[in-house]
Amino acid sequence: MAWTNKEISALVEPDRAHRKAYTDEDLFELEMERIFERAWIYVGHESQVKNPGDYYLARIGRQPMMMTRDHYGEVHVLYNRCPHRGAQLCSARSGNAGKRIRCSYHAWMFGLDGKLESIPAIDGYDGTNLTIDGEDFQVPKAARAASYRGFWFASLAEDGISLEEQLGEAKTGFDQLIDRAPGRETEVVGECFHMVQHSNWKIFLENQLDASHPGATHESTGIAAQMVERDMRADGRSPPLSYGFLSDFARLGIDGWGKFGTVGHPHGHCTLEGYMGLRPDDPETNAYVKAMYESYGEERAEEILGVNLHHSLIYPCMSIQPPLQQLRTIRPISPTRTMSEIWHFRLKGAPEAIYQRALGYYYLVNSPSTMVNADDLFNWWKVQHGLDSQGGDWVSFHRNAGFDIIDGNLRKSPEGSMSEMPLRHMMHVWRDYMTAEEGA
Amino acid sequence: MGEAAEKLAASDPHAVANVSIETQLAVERFLARQAEILDEKRWDDWLALFTEDGHYWMPAHEDQIDGEGVPNIFWENLDMMQMRINRNNHPQAHSQAPENRLCHVVSNVIIESEDATGDIIVRSRFHCAEYLRYDVRNFTGKYRHCLKKTDDGYKIQLQRADLVNREGPFEYVLQWWV
Ligand code: FES
Ligand SMILES: [Fe+2]
Repeated sequence: MAWTNKEISALVEPDRAHRKAYTDEDLFELEMERIFERAWIYVGHESQVKNPGDYYLARIGRQPMMMTRDHYGEVHVLYNRCPHRGAQLCSARSGNAGKRIRCSYHAWMFGLDGKLESIPAIDGYDGTNLTIDGEDFQVPKAARAASYRGFWFASLAEDGISLEEQLGEAKTGFDQLIDRAPGRETEVVGECFHMVQHSNWKIFLENQLDASHPGATHESTGIAAQMVERDMRADGRSPPLSYGFLSDFARLGIDGWGKFGTVGHPHGHCTLEGYMGLRPDDPETNAYVKAMYESYGEERAEEILGVNLHHSLIYPCMSIQPPLQQLRTIRPISPTRTMSEIWHFRLKGAPEAIYQRALGYYYLVNSPSTMVNADDLFNWWKVQHGLDSQGGDWVSFHRNAGFDIIDGNLRKSPEGSMSEMPLRHMMHVWRDYMTAEEGA
Repeated sequence: MGEAAEKLAASDPHAVANVSIETQLAVERFLARQAEILDEKRWDDWLALFTEDGHYWMPAHEDQIDGEGVPNIFWENLDMMQMRINRNNHPQAHSQAPENRLCHVVSNVIIESEDATGDIIVRSRFHCAEYLRYDVRNFTGKYRHCLKKTDDGYKIQLQRADLVNREGPFEYVLQWWV
């Protein structure tokens, strides 16, 4: 159906959202047009294209894009499409194209910046409307591409607010991921894991800030980890710190997650405070803190380490967890399918043990064998099933509804609550995006 | 790098050792029995297949030579395996209910080396079908086992499983060893 702005607005109420927002195919197309192909969307980290000639594919909304590095070291975000007859230019997920990208179909050659450089038997074009520098014959670029400290985003809309403005204070997530490196730089480790979620992209975002789920969803894993920790201690061995990431699920119980504050930011971003502060008093952590002091001086180092942030959700496309050195980005495929990329980072200059701790989390929570996300994925899939049914039209976000604390342009959960504020907040921003333009 | 990972990295992946028929048979029987234990979810027997410091390893990339300290699909010692068993058997492991069914076939068994103590490095191919909630998924790939010869028969010091689709997107996650 053709949705009017009025009809779209009616899907979002102060404390609930209509199931159609998660299931309707036409709405999904509109989401791609009005949100994903308009807002700043995460493409990738600059270390994914380290060397000249490197490329990395990424989807923005419905568009197949690629991030490239040219021979001057500049990064570009291009459509992965040949201007001749439309063939996809790069088909591997990532690689190095060498000096030029050569289209496999008729061997047109392009610079890594998308510029058409040569066409075989070019005299065939003499006297035609094709010229080698004609605008129609270059690989098109994303309308806008920008990096925030090495994290590349693109917007497919010519105009709109700047990346920095869209990120606002939520950019702290990126700052933390870089500043926590004594060497003041961070880089991706290897390839990402990718996982297909059989659920709407909004369900993933909601889950990131859903404080009342971890103790319930992950109970079995929490208990299993606690049992192993107990057995190891009984043997006189000390369990790895990373097992604590799992046993926390049991330790905190279902209602123990209210102590971590959540904040809603402009443009739909949300932050979760506390949780894994990860500053235990052990020799590895102390060596790391020392390296931070040496690099930044005590005062600045403490300021960086004192930021109380478990993760930043950057609406509509990613979640970044600086203390755990990881980032997840989503690429919606259809109303019921979402691809996620899970990246993991190394902090330059940090002791190896600190990396190993983050790796422990990456493995336990986000590898394809994870005992944690397995239960999340399954719940999301089940939610999608329920929303496809006619057994009810509304998704409830009533927990602590009406009790948000407004602080300037921020919206905060009442202290000690597991408020569904972030879920309501994101849905309201969704409505704003979806109805921003004068529609029918 | 662990001792077994080092041995595996040093072993020629195309080597064909000239072993006795008895050794070949004993190793094939061991691999078939491991597959059967996994299919039948006999977890005490499963744990008993490994040495105290044994690891089950599924690398994320083919060119990895060690599981320690790098991202993997699986990298599990006995403690982690015990955790996975505890968890998958817990009544609240809802994504695992109803339980999946597994069927493994192991074949193309070639022993790469047999040292003076009888320790073995062996490669093989596997196919595993998993049935879960009306869906069948197929996993296939290559195993390499580092086996220690003990009084109690062979024990796995390191099992490496290279999945054919290791870097492909996973439709849903792997909860048991493949
Ligand atoms: S389609 Fe690319 S050169 Fe023809
Ligand atoms: Fe979860």
